[in-house]
Amino acid sequence: LEIRFPWKLELSFPWFGMDIGGTLVKLVYFEPKDITAEEEQEEVENLKSIRRYLTSNTAYGKTGVRDVHLELKNLTMCGRTGNLHFIRFPTQAMHRFIQMGSDKNFSSLHTTLCATGGGAYKFENDFRTMADLELLKLDELDCLIHGLLYVDSVSFNGHPQCYYLENPSDTQNSVKTPCSLADPFPMLLVNIGSGVSILAVYSKDDYKRVTGTSLGGGTFLGLCCLLTGCETFEEALDMASRGDSSNVDKLVKDIYGGDYERFSLQGSAVASSFGHMMSKEKRDSISKEDLARAMLVTITNNIGSIARMCAVNEKIERVVFVGNFLRINTVSTKLLAYAMDFWSKGQLKALFLEHEGYFGAVGALLELLKSSEEP
Amino acid sequence: MDKSITLPPNEIFRNLENAKRFAIDIGGSLTKLAYYSTVQHKVAKVRSFDHTAKDDPLYEISMQEEILARLHFIKFENAYIETCLDFIKDHLVNTDTKVIKATGGGAHKFKDLIEKKLKLRVDKEDEMTCLIKGCNFVLRNIPHEAFVYVKHADSEFRFQNTHPDIFPYLLINIGSGVSIIKVESEDTFERVGGSSIGGGTFWGLGALLTKTKRFDELLQLASKGQHTSVDMLVKDIYGGSYVSLGLTGDLIASSFGKSATADKEFSKEDMAKSLLHMISNDIGQLACLYARLHNLTRVYFGGFFIRGHPVTMHTITYSINFFTKGEVQALFLRHEGYLGTIGAFLKGAEEDNPNQYSWGENYAGSSGLMSTSPDLNPMQRARSGTFDMLEMDRLERQLVNLPLLQDPSSYIPDTVDLSEDALAREYWLYCFEEALDGVVKRAVASQPDLPEAAERAEKFRHKYLHKLQTLRHQPFAYGSLTVRSLLDTREHCLNEFNFPDPYSKIKQRENDMALKYFQKAVKSLEELSWEQRQFALVRGLLAGNVFDWGAKAVSDVLESDPEFGFEQAKRQLEGMKALGPPHKCALFFVDNSGIDIILGVFPFVRELLCRGTEVVLASNSSPALNDVTNNELQILTERIAAMDPVIQSAVKEDRLTLVQSGSSSPCLDLSRLDKVLAGVVRERHTDLVIIEGMGRAIHTNYYALLSCESLKMAVIKNSWLADRLGGKLFSVVFKYEVKDVKTG
Repeated sequence: LEIRFPWKLELSFPWFGMDIGGTLVKLVYFEPKDITAEEEQEEVENLKSIRRYLTSNTAYGKTGVRDVHLELKNLTMCGRTGNLHFIRFPTQAMHRFIQMGSDKNFSSLHTTLCATGGGAYKFENDFRTMADLELLKLDELDCLIHGLLYVDSVSFNGHPQCYYLENPSDTQNSVKTPCSLADPFPMLLVNIGSGVSILAVYSKDDYKRVTGTSLGGGTFLGLCCLLTGCETFEEALDMASRGDSSNVDKLVKDIYGGDYERFSLQGSAVASSFGHMMSKEKRDSISKEDLARAMLVTITNNIGSIARMCAVNEKIERVVFVGNFLRINTVSTKLLAYAMDFWSKGQLKALFLEHEGYFGAVGALLELLKSSEEP
Repeated sequence: MDKSITLPPNEIFRNLENAKRFAIDIGGSLTKLAYYSTVQHKVAKVRSFDHTAKDDPLYEISMQEEILARLHFIKFENAYIETCLDFIKDHLVNTDTKVIKATGGGAHKFKDLIEKKLKLRVDKEDEMTCLIKGCNFVLRNIPHEAFVYVKHADSEFRFQNTHPDIFPYLLINIGSGVSIIKVESEDTFERVGGSSIGGGTFWGLGALLTKTKRFDELLQLASKGQHTSVDMLVKDIYGGSYVSLGLTGDLIASSFGKSATADKEFSKEDMAKSLLHMISNDIGQLACLYARLHNLTRVYFGGFFIRGHPVTMHTITYSINFFTKGEVQALFLRHEGYLGTIGAFLKGAEEDNPNQYSWGENYAGSSGLMSTSPDLNPMQRARSGTFDMLEMDRLERQLVNLPLLQDPSSYIPDTVDLSEDALAREYWLYCFEEALDGVVKRAVASQPDLPEAAERAEKFRHKYLHKLQTLRHQPFAYGSLTVRSLLDTREHCLNEFNFPDPYSKIKQRENDMALKYFQKAVKSLEELSWEQRQFALVRGLLAGNVFDWGAKAVSDVLESDPEFGFEQAKRQLEGMKALGPPHKCALFFVDNSGIDIILGVFPFVRELLCRGTEVVLASNSSPALNDVTNNELQILTERIAAMDPVIQSAVKEDRLTLVQSGSSSPCLDLSRLDKVLAGVVRERHTDLVIIEGMGRAIHTNYYALLSCESLKMAVIKNSWLADRLGGKLFSVVFKYEVKDVKTG
C-alpha cells in the first residue's frame, strides 16, 4: 500500500523543461516508463498522443530534432522512472510550436510549463494568448548551473558526463578522455550560445556572471551565412572542417618572416584574423571553406582568450565550456583545450560536457519537480 | 593618385639643409619621417655698458644668431614616398649622416628604394620598442598629449594633465592585430597580451562583406549604419532587458546574430557598423581584463584603427566605459601616429642623450590634431593638406615641476579652457585677431635697420591669422585652447619669422625712465609709517602692474576709482603680516619691464628683505611681450644695487637671487619650470610664492594650489575678463592663500 501524504501532491504529467534561447529552443521531456495499467487507463488522450509523438519520432516538422544519442535512460526523477529526451528546434519556429500547443489543447493538461532563457519573457504573452498557457519563468543562469550539476550527478547512462582532451598541445592527436566533475567548485563556466556568458561558480547557489561577449555562436553562424551563403550550423561546420584558415588570417610569420622573438610569439600564431582579406588578390583567391574555417577559429580563439583572462582574474583553474556552439564541433573543443593549456603554460584545464547546450532546459525541469516537493 | 606632385618644400621638409639623424616609420598607408636639424635663429641680447654717460641708454640691445636644435616629424601617404625621397636627396646638403633608422611593417618593402635614393643604410629597429620610446617621449614632453574622447560634448577632446610620473601604463596598439603592452619605466615594458581581432579584421571582413576596399571608406559606411538590424540584442531574446543581471535591452547579445536567421539583405552600412561595434567592444573588453589583471588605470590606445578616427575613438571609449563601469578611461594621444618614428629617431640619437633635455612643441611649425582629417577640414584636402607636421624645439633648460605645487597631478595652469567654452573662445580669438595689426606694426618698428622686416612681418601676420582660423575650427589642435596657448602660438610665430623681441626698444626706454625715479620712490616710501607704507607698497605694485603696454592711460582711473580694491588688498596684506614671523624665503614671479618691475616690484622686494625674508626673483628666460627677461633683470638689479645699499647687500649676501623661470611665455606653467629654479626653491625652504600680473596670476594659476602661502595679484586690464570674474575693468585681484584653506 502506498501512502500518499497530502502535502506531497502527485505531479501531473507531462514533465517538460524548456530553454528558449536567441537561436535555439531546447526542450527536455521526461517519458515515464513506470506507468501502471491503472494510470494508463486514466491518462487522457492528448497526453498519450504527446508522449507518442515525441518518443516515436526523431525529427519534428522541418527543423525540430531529437538528439537520440543524448537520451538519459532509466532515470529516476521525483519517484518516477523513465527516460529523459533532448529536443531542439530553432527559436524562429516558436510560434508554430505555440500553435501546436494550442492545437493539441495542451492547456487542458493542467501542467506548469517551466521555461527559462530570454524567450520565456519574450514569448510569455504569446503562450498566454495563443495557447492559453501560463509559463513559469526561471532565471537562465540558475537553471544552467542546477541543470549542469544534476546531469553530471546522474551520469551519462553509466558513463561520465565530463571529459577533457588529453595532449591538448597537439590538436591533431588530442584524445577525448572522460573524467569526473565530482568536486566541481570553483569553476569558470563558459556558456557559448548565440552570445557568451562567463560565470564564476563557487557552489550550487553561489555564482556571479563575470562577463560576457557578443562574439559567440550566433556571430560564427551569422557571418558564415553572409560570407559563404550557407544556411545551417551543420553546413557551416562542415565547410569549416574542410577549410584552411591560414589563407585568410595573417600569421605572425607573414609579418615577421618567422617567430617574433622579442615577444616570444610563434610564427604560426594568428596576428590578424582575416588580415589577408585586406588585399584584393587574396580576397579573389579564397574558398568558402577557408572563410568558414577562419570564422570558426577567430570566434573560438577569442572566447578562449577572454575565458582565460577571466580565469586568471578570478583565480580559478578549471574552465568548463558548455553551450550548443560546441555541438558536433571538435575543431572548437580542440582549439579551446589547446588555448587554455598553451597560454596558461598548463595551469588551466578546459573541461567539456556531453550534453553541451541542454543544461538550462534540465534546470527548468528540475524547478518543476521541486515545486511539487514544496508544501 | 597623383604621385608626381610638386611639394611646397619650405612648408613641409623644413630646415633640411642641416638635417641629420634620419628615421622613418612606414606603415600600411602612411609614412612618417623624422630628422634632427639645427635652426639659425635670431635672438635679442642685452648687454650692459661698462660705464654710462648721462644720456646713454641703460644697456645695449643686439640681435645675434643662435643655433636651435629642432626635431622635425612629417607624416604623409605612402604614395608620396618616392617624391619625398627625391626631394630630400636634392635638398640634403652637407650631412655626414650614413644611416636611417627604420621601423614599421613597410620598412622592409621600401628598404631598397630608400637606400638607392638617399644613399643611407637602412637600419631596422624593433617596432614595439620604437612605439614605447616614442610614447614615453610625447607623454613626458608635450603637455596635453593625452585626451579622452567624448562624442557629444561641446568639445569632443578632453585633454588630460600630464601626470608627473608617466609610469606605469598600458598601451593598446591596434594595428592589423592588437598588442597589449605594459610599460613600467623608460626601458621596462612587456607585451602582456594581444588579440588577432584588430584593425585588419575590421578591414578584411569589412571588405568581404561590403565590397568596399578602403579602410577609411569602411569607417565612413560604419558611421552611417544601424547595427541593430544585424546584431541580436538582449531585447531580441528577452523582449526587453534582462533585469536580474542589469543587462539593458539594447545591449548586443550576439554580434551578427540576426544575419543567421533573417532571410533578408543587409545594407553595407549596417554590416560595417555591426562589425565596428563587434571589434571595438572586443578590444575594449580585453583591454579591461588586462588593466584589471595588472591593476593599471592609465590605458592609452593607438594604432591605425584609432588614428584620428572619431568613429573608432567613440566605440572604443564606449566599450571601455561599459566594461569598467567608468573606472578606467580610454586615453588617446595627439601625436599617436608619430610614436614609431619618434622612437626610431631616439634610438638613433641615443648618443646625443635626447632624453636629458626638455622639448617643447613648436606651434608655428606643427599642424595640430586632425589637420588632415577630411571630415573636419574639407578645405585642407588639397595636396599640402595630406602632409602633417610636428616640430619639437630642444629647450635650453630642463623643465620640472615647481616643488611647491600642492598636487602636481591635478595642477592645471590655465584658468579658462577655451575649447570647452565657446563664448570665451569666440571672444579671445576675436581679440587676438584684432590685436594682430598692432603686433605686426610693433614687430616692424623693432627692426628699423632691416628693410625686409615689413615683408617678414606680413608673413608672420599670414601665418598667425591662419593659426587663428584653424583654431576657430579645431580648438583642440594643440591641446586645450587657452589664452596662454594663443599667446605662446603668437610668440612661436614671431620667432619663426625672426622677430625674437619686438618690445626690446620699448622695454629699454621704459626701464631707463623708471630707474630715474627709483630713489625718489624709495625715499618717499621710507617716510611713511609702517602701516601706510604697506598700503603704498601694494598700491605701487598694483599700479605698476597696470603699466602694461597698451594700458598706459589708466593711472587716472587708478587714482580716482574708490572701488578699486586697494582697501581690501591692504586688509589682506595686514592679515598676512598678522599670521606670524617673517617668511623664510619668497619666490616672486615677475611680470613687466619698466615701472612695474622697478617702481612696483623692487620697493616691495626691498621691504621683504628688510623684514628678513630672502627673495628669489624668477623672470622669463626668453622674451615675451614686454615682460622683463632674466638678462634684463640682471642689468636692472645691478643698477638698482648701485643706488640702494639694501639691495646691494642683499645681492652680495645672496639674500636676493635672480633665477630664470625656463619660460618664454607671458603666462606661467608651474609644472614646467627651470630645474635650477626648483633646486633653489628647495634649498631656500621657500615659504611664500608671489605671482604677479594678468598672464601669470589670472589667465594661469588663478586656481593653482600651493603647499605654502601664496599671493596672486594683478589688475584686470580687459573688460570682458573683468566681467567674467564679476568685477569691473581695472579691478584688482589680490588673492592671498595659505596652505590649508580651512585653517586660513
